[in-house]
Amino acid sequence: MSFVVSASQTTKVPVATSPKRHFGDVAFKYTTTIFAGFVLLLVLLMGFEMYMQAKPTIEKFGWSFLTRTVWDPVQEEYGALPFVFGTLFSSLIALVIALPLSIGIAIFLSEMAPRWLEPPLSFLIELLAGIPSIVYGLWGIFVLVPWIRISLEPLLSRHLDFIPLFRGAPYGYGMLAAGLILSIMVLPIVTSISRDVLKAIPQTQREASLALGATKWESVKLILGDAKSGIFGAVLLGLGRAIGETMAVTMVIGNTPSISISLFDPGYTMASVLANEFTEATTAMYLSALIEIAFLLFGITIIINMLARLLVWSVTKK
Amino acid sequence: MQTELLEQPNTPTILPIETLQVMPMIKMSARNVDAFFGKAQVLHNISLDVPANKVLAIIGPSGCGKSTLVRCLNRMHEVAGGTMAGLVLLDDRDIYKEDAVRIRKRIGMVFQKPNPFPTMSIFDNVAVGLKLNGLATRRNIGEVVERSLKQAALWDEVKDALNKSGVSLSGGQQQRLCIARTLAVSPEVILMDEPASALDPIATAKIEELIHDLKKKYTIVIVTHNMQQAARVSDLTAFLYMGKLIEYDETKKIFTNPSIKQTEDYITGRFG
Amino acid sequence: MERNKEMSIVNENIPYHFFRRKAINGAMLALCAVSALIAIGILSLIFFYTINRGASYLSLDFFLQMPKPVGETGGGMANAIVGTVILIGIGSAIGLPIGVMAGIYLAEHGNNKFAVLVRFMTDVLSGVPSIVAGVVAYSLVVIPTKHFSAFAGGVALAILMIPTVTRTTEEMVRLVPQSYREAGLALGIPQWKTTVQIVLRTAFRGIVTGILLAVARVAGETAPLLFTALGNRFWSTSLDQPIASLSVFVYDYAKSPFEDWNNQAWAAALVLIILISLLSLSVRIVTRNRFSSR
Repeated sequence: MSFVVSASQTTKVPVATSPKRHFGDVAFKYTTTIFAGFVLLLVLLMGFEMYMQAKPTIEKFGWSFLTRTVWDPVQEEYGALPFVFGTLFSSLIALVIALPLSIGIAIFLSEMAPRWLEPPLSFLIELLAGIPSIVYGLWGIFVLVPWIRISLEPLLSRHLDFIPLFRGAPYGYGMLAAGLILSIMVLPIVTSISRDVLKAIPQTQREASLALGATKWESVKLILGDAKSGIFGAVLLGLGRAIGETMAVTMVIGNTPSISISLFDPGYTMASVLANEFTEATTAMYLSALIEIAFLLFGITIIINMLARLLVWSVTKK
Repeated sequence: MQTELLEQPNTPTILPIETLQVMPMIKMSARNVDAFFGKAQVLHNISLDVPANKVLAIIGPSGCGKSTLVRCLNRMHEVAGGTMAGLVLLDDRDIYKEDAVRIRKRIGMVFQKPNPFPTMSIFDNVAVGLKLNGLATRRNIGEVVERSLKQAALWDEVKDALNKSGVSLSGGQQQRLCIARTLAVSPEVILMDEPASALDPIATAKIEELIHDLKKKYTIVIVTHNMQQAARVSDLTAFLYMGKLIEYDETKKIFTNPSIKQTEDYITGRFG
Repeated sequence: MERNKEMSIVNENIPYHFFRRKAINGAMLALCAVSALIAIGILSLIFFYTINRGASYLSLDFFLQMPKPVGETGGGMANAIVGTVILIGIGSAIGLPIGVMAGIYLAEHGNNKFAVLVRFMTDVLSGVPSIVAGVVAYSLVVIPTKHFSAFAGGVALAILMIPTVTRTTEEMVRLVPQSYREAGLALGIPQWKTTVQIVLRTAFRGIVTGILLAVARVAGETAPLLFTALGNRFWSTSLDQPIASLSVFVYDYAKSPFEDWNNQAWAAALVLIILISLLSLSVRIVTRNRFSSR
């Protein structure tokens, strides 16, 4: 899976010199334009469809939908806060774990690895991105969660229980499991874009610092300084990925709409409530509440991706 | 800790200028240097001496290995993925047995294309080497930056804009900024790899003037494809062709009375 | 005096500082290498468990048999394999023409504001969560037709395929040297025919690569199918009916309390991983040949 981040410079197609352009040319151009326009339209259509379907709850709860903590389909009371919290919290954990690793790997790939090693290593990282979410989830249920329950959580609570993050019963399923599995899943995208951004920094910058007597690491630090907006973009793309990730998280997070600071407690995310409850949504309000969550998810990821692309473009397009 | 050390009077590693003027000494020498990129041999058995406080120009047609030769002199050749054999001596010590980082601090380099750090201000661009090498203190840093910029003949143009980005300057100014950056860490030798080839004639003249001033304190090796430039700025000239050192002599002699036919042909423009 | 000040800067006698710098350098570079090792380690762990637990349950039955009723052991997932193929087929039938045509537009006419906007939105679309694509397909197809169907699942997958296909097609068409276009035009061939017959033919392998990438991306997708194609324990190839898929099968069987079903989930996961690895590898090989022959 390649992460295409920048378009190469636009090529100018020579324009036919005869004033009357060939009919086929015009038709061909307009046909392709229509399809291109369709892609644009699709994004708008997606937003519009979800907005229309979510109208009942948008009108009933307004902005309070975001701040209410009750989720009770029987009483028709819906609030998205526990899901929003769970989504942001699990994504944050994922980034805290994945970011240093990703940048380390990106540095290794772009600055250190011998020329013969870089392509196969990049391929393996990309393979990590290609593993389906459902396989991560399966692995999470049968390998990661038991390990967390038996080894990691008892260890953390024994030594770090003065921090509220590490208190509670070692249950295995919960925020920690979700954060860990998400960190593996966002690692490839953050890594490969950071690597591209680092590679876009001209070699003369490295030579300049080395020639001043910088060590390799000091030279890398200077390069990171030049690349920081692009790497921030990569982090945002990783965040977008983490926020929308569904299956793996649903399978390990415990699926309980509660708000707790402890990593050991189960939680719920916006994506996983959709995965779990969508087919059960029997009433119009229930369905509307779920689609509103999807709409929110769509909006958040669109905004994050826009920012991220702009940042990455600003670095790699020079 | 560092400040204490700095305040102690310490043994200078550069010989006093007075001594050098009386008794020219050899600052650097290359002995039987071969250089390779992969299997391709770029330099063949090159030996030459660089006297202290002189300007040595390396000339030759493009692709003759000029850049590779200077990059062998401060171990930048290996950064580009090349390998080499032979000896390179700085003050009679083999630089390939020393730590590359320390060597590069003592042998500064100015590149063909000005390459200031784009995210840093003018001030930081000059100060960065000092900071990297742990030589910056609050007291000396301003002084060093000012002195380096003055030495690089850039101070008057930028003294009111030290916080502006380094890349906001013109090409010629950027190159002088890079020279100031190199001077700030007080190197003993400065290598210049076609420093003026990307610049306009006025900026080039400034750089040449600067080289003339700098040789009072530094030993300079400059690569150039511009023979007039070599004649103007250098004391000694080495002519390289196809990776071999053809002739090495005083500049005056090379340009008026070369002893080898190939050199004469190149100087007079018959090839290359 | 002036010189003395300079000398204080030219101080090589700071071994403590120098060795600390060298130590930091060594430690940080080692950490970077360790990060790479950790990633490879995790990848191997996932592959190891999937192969270890899945391989022994892979048999001919697995590919040819239908799922057995609850309580009986054995059986396979023939219906899910066929279902996945059908879903990818529908997704491709809808998504590929749109993606390829939009990609051609971006490459051949892509130097105006509209194209920049399309390119940008394509990138943004590729970041939209797959479950959202499922919700949209639900709202576009399931609500009007009032039932889950293979077609709805295909629509969801198509939404996910379009951005990948568009961007790789664009990149690949751009790689065709300008001289080819000029050669065609100089022969008096109209521009659109030049594009179709010369440019696209040259870029054909690259476009196929993009299609493979897109297929690899959606082959293991589960979330968008949960409430569109739904899943089906029985044989169905009708586009109008719920249909089984390998990924949803893994999900259902992973959650089940029966060990036999869990094992079958691992086997299905192994099939998915092999399928996707083969797709990625073939993409790798196709692109490598392409660039080395130039």
